[in-house]
Amino acid sequence: MRVPLSWLREYVDLPATETGRDVQAKLISAGLEVETVEQLGADLKGPLVVGQVLTIEELEGFKKPIRFCTVDVGTANGTGEPQEIVCGARNFAVGDKVVVVLPGAVLPGNFAIAARKTYGKTSHGMICSGDELGMGDDGSGGIIVLPPEVEVGTDAIELLQLVDEVLDIAVTPDRGYCLSLRGIAREAAIAYGLPLRDPALLDVPAPNAFGYPVQVGDPAGCDRFTARTVTGLDPEARSPIWLRRRLQKAGMRPISLAVDITNYVMLELGQPLHAYDRSRVQGAIGVRRAEQGEKLTTLDGVKRTLDAEDLVITDDRGPIGLAGVMGGANTEIDDTEGTTTEVVVEAAHFDAISIARTARRHKLASEASKRFERGVDPQAASAAAQRTVDLLVLLAGGTADAGVTEVIAPSAPHTITIPANHPDKVAGVDYGRETVVRRLQQVGCDVYGQDELIVTVPSWRPDLTDPNDLAEEVIRLEGYENLPSTLPKPPAGLGLTGRQRLHRRIGRALAGAGYVEALNYPFIGEHVFDQFGLAADDPKRKVVKLVNPLSDEEPALRTTLLPGLLGALRRNDGRGSHDLALFETGLVFHPQRELRVAGRLPVDRRPTDEEIASLTAALPFQPRHAAVVLAGAREQAGWWGKGRPADWADAVEAARILAREAGTELLVRSGQYGPWHPGRCAELAVLVDGTEKVIGYAGELHPGVLKTLGLAPRTCAMELDLDALEEASAGLPKGPKISTFPVATQDVALVVSREIPHADVEAALREGAGELLESIRLFDVYESEQLGEDKKSLAYALRFRATDRTLTVDEASAARDAAVALAAERTGAVLRGA
Amino acid sequence: MKPEEIERMRDEALAAFAAAGDLDALQEAKVAHTGGTSPLALANREIGALPPHAKADAGKRVGQARGAVNKALAARQAELEAERDARVLVEEAVDVTLPYDRVPAGARHPLTTMMERVADVFVSMGYEVAEGPEVEAEWFNFDALNFGPDHPARQMQDTFFVEGPKGDHGESGVVLRTHTSPVQARAMLDREPPVYIVCPGRVYRTDELDATHTPVFHQIELLAIDEGLTMADLKGTLDHMVQSLFGSDMKTRLRPNYFPFTEPSAEMDMLCYVCKGESVGNPDRPCRTCSSEGWIELGGCGMVNPRVLVACGVDPVKYSGFAFGFGIERMLMFRHNVEDMRDMVEGDVRFTRPFGMEI
Repeated sequence: MRVPLSWLREYVDLPATETGRDVQAKLISAGLEVETVEQLGADLKGPLVVGQVLTIEELEGFKKPIRFCTVDVGTANGTGEPQEIVCGARNFAVGDKVVVVLPGAVLPGNFAIAARKTYGKTSHGMICSGDELGMGDDGSGGIIVLPPEVEVGTDAIELLQLVDEVLDIAVTPDRGYCLSLRGIAREAAIAYGLPLRDPALLDVPAPNAFGYPVQVGDPAGCDRFTARTVTGLDPEARSPIWLRRRLQKAGMRPISLAVDITNYVMLELGQPLHAYDRSRVQGAIGVRRAEQGEKLTTLDGVKRTLDAEDLVITDDRGPIGLAGVMGGANTEIDDTEGTTTEVVVEAAHFDAISIARTARRHKLASEASKRFERGVDPQAASAAAQRTVDLLVLLAGGTADAGVTEVIAPSAPHTITIPANHPDKVAGVDYGRETVVRRLQQVGCDVYGQDELIVTVPSWRPDLTDPNDLAEEVIRLEGYENLPSTLPKPPAGLGLTGRQRLHRRIGRALAGAGYVEALNYPFIGEHVFDQFGLAADDPKRKVVKLVNPLSDEEPALRTTLLPGLLGALRRNDGRGSHDLALFETGLVFHPQRELRVAGRLPVDRRPTDEEIASLTAALPFQPRHAAVVLAGAREQAGWWGKGRPADWADAVEAARILAREAGTELLVRSGQYGPWHPGRCAELAVLVDGTEKVIGYAGELHPGVLKTLGLAPRTCAMELDLDALEEASAGLPKGPKISTFPVATQDVALVVSREIPHADVEAALREGAGELLESIRLFDVYESEQLGEDKKSLAYALRFRATDRTLTVDEASAARDAAVALAAERTGAVLRGA
Repeated sequence: MKPEEIERMRDEALAAFAAAGDLDALQEAKVAHTGGTSPLALANREIGALPPHAKADAGKRVGQARGAVNKALAARQAELEAERDARVLVEEAVDVTLPYDRVPAGARHPLTTMMERVADVFVSMGYEVAEGPEVEAEWFNFDALNFGPDHPARQMQDTFFVEGPKGDHGESGVVLRTHTSPVQARAMLDREPPVYIVCPGRVYRTDELDATHTPVFHQIELLAIDEGLTMADLKGTLDHMVQSLFGSDMKTRLRPNYFPFTEPSAEMDMLCYVCKGESVGNPDRPCRTCSSEGWIELGGCGMVNPRVLVACGVDPVKYSGFAFGFGIERMLMFRHNVEDMRDMVEGDVRFTRPFGMEI
């Protein structure tokens, strides 16, 4: 809502010294979001005067038509002689009154005016357009032609009210009444403690039976309809300067007198109005719901198919307007031919929800619908109609018809009962009853009672429905800035949950290992699954889809973190960072097997557990995953020696880091899945309640996938289900018993077939060695011709220790032999050199 | 065996030790002058063959000479070893300014650590951290929070809608949550009052990515439900937060505003932590952080609307509460001079690395 300060002063006697910034500060502290204060004409300097065009000489031979004019500016130029001015505009004629800026003046944008040579003549000033004067769009598209009655030589700065301040206020949805000068003036009056001259306090004739016939068929949708008729309008009458200027400053474009007046009254009182050309309305005006599929062409020229819920204004032919949203083209005031001489003025009140739905359904947000959605003062309708009639009579020479139609569905004023100390309890401040009552009366409430206050809210505040709404009125007017600062004392909390601590630990552990966290968008396109080589029935292909994605390329939510992470990897690579280790933890989304609609539960009570469960059943599964990607060097080359490229083992180790942090035993085994290299992919599993569960994969990515995705060769990745990993956590670690007896170390080198996994050999050794085994570590793997084809040698260091004695060499050797024997039995391992 | 003879042997040995320039030379001198075939050793051996009256004298002289020799040897040995040790330390000196960026440092994303930082302020006061799903039922995201189906405010949040059983036709009642506030509703349904929670998390709105907007962003929400909580408590809690994050001389300012889920509602500003408001009306000392406004807009807050309490099963007669929420990206921007929102979403390691493990 744009509020010219000069207009605001019409209703409140603000101190003359008060600037727009001062008023802004006051209104902000009263709760109005005054975003800017526009300084109109702040850098404007005269002389700027009214002139009359005396002669026009068309100059020939230039690329565009140019006129050399003489203009009578009275004595404003000091000489009284005609002013010679070159002008490129053509929308004026000899005898027209125009706005002339004389040398020495400065126009908005620091545009200094001086006599200057142009097109072979000397131009002593300019004939001005609205744009040049910073007036905004006046719809003329050229220079300003003033009404003939203005006098030559008049100061145009004052005439056109070019100097003003305009407050731009973002009105919150609850404050519909502030979409009017009347509402803003009310707030300003309260803020300054000054009386308000309410523009809605007008003498309105009583309704009678001979007004324009109106039939309201849906009183729930339209509880008030006032119709007034004005006849004998001068079709030539134009909006006076003051009216045009106020509309422009408020951000509206002047159109025609009748339309300008309805817009003006809407801005003033907040009541949307509609003026019908009476000669184009056939029969009684009606209000009803549309018939499904009914058609209406609205003022914007769009032919609309109506919904059965839409509220329409009708005449004998059918719909002539979308009630409260936009009028129809078939009864439009004629502002081009200028033939309209009789209008019917509509000031009605429509159901906010109905208007909101219609505006949304037809994607048609108008000044009218915006106000009805947020609540219009129903009591102001007849005053608004009267004000419109008065202006039509005054400015268009019309005659007010004696007929006054008012259709009103009776309704009781809204009352709220609150304890007198309710605002005190909400604020934590002792305001006292007297203050509470005074503040509520200031906003327009009627207040009765002592300890219990019975509060009748004013008709323009439909937002005041609950005790806390009244509390807010009191607290804001007493000043939020005066609230004290106290601290509540919460009970001792339990701190972070285990899951939350794990998430932090994982982040720190991966960052500690050199990974950089990236937080990627979860939007993906399903083509990525083909690029990843996922099987047709892979569950990851089942995605949650968005109705309105930002990009049609990425309409789904991720089921894996890798597309986002690999995208970040590629972006970094493209920007010159090639040695990369990235990680991400975040939710992935898997749809329920059967899609359900999440119902609209009641809000007037706690939903039942079943009702809440019904919502949960409609939501996708949203487990938290963790993933890493690596490319380039894991260790850089340097003065210390060679570097080391990131490889599959780094990716698997990242999974082990997570498992360690989670306190979970991770099972790593050879696997094959999707985008991974079939020979360099580890399947990651955990034991949950004794059952193995695969939770992810790690290793080098498939060369073909890397090529398709445009990623560096040997790029590696790991992804696992963090929730599943946490679920398998062993819980609190138990303190180990530390033996202080000496250790007995035995190394063994075993030759096995190449395809035997180390993990199997180690498991056999571990089991075979028995309880004397303290630890086992693989310290060498090698293959050679000597060993034979398809063989490899695994060298392990076994450490034995007893808790109660020093082991003899024989005891350690026996344990070692048992270990080797079991490995031989299980894996075919042969002790080297044996 | 003349005494002069023995003294000469001793003196030769002492001279040889003194002349030995390094441990190797000393070793040679040692063999030559204390070894089995050294003159003093031979002399010692000869003592046995001397007549008894000469034995004692010669034994004493030779013994003294050998004692002096051994003492000198040990001293020289120690001296040369010390010299060697000192030399080795000099030789082993390295250029300690050499870099060791063998494995470049990792880092956590500043949005993650910023959320933790804010959450920890409240965890230390006794609040708990609550979480909720990012794909959320509209009922939790809107209805329970007093956004009716036709509420204008509901249209103001540019919502991503999720396809339901009928594909992109018809409503699924499921959205990407537009704020962290649905976690409030879940927390009230899950817990018995008093409830003191903070909810950090990811939220979604249909904004195109540019320097100041991102469709995926982060908020942190606070909810306190207890008997007798007031707006003054809300103000105090906000003051405490900005003091914890920006210094003990910080404060907040509330301005009336409107949110469906709070009543009364307020916009919260914090004093500009850079200029402390001194740039206002002071063109000589402009402040970039607050654009010389003196205050930085943080987010929205208010007393939990009793209608929300009812929908979430909390008795509004017995309990009252307050809530607030704000955007983490914005706080990161003004707290750490991040100028472009895109830097936070693109995952460029050059942006993230400097933030390290905590902020």
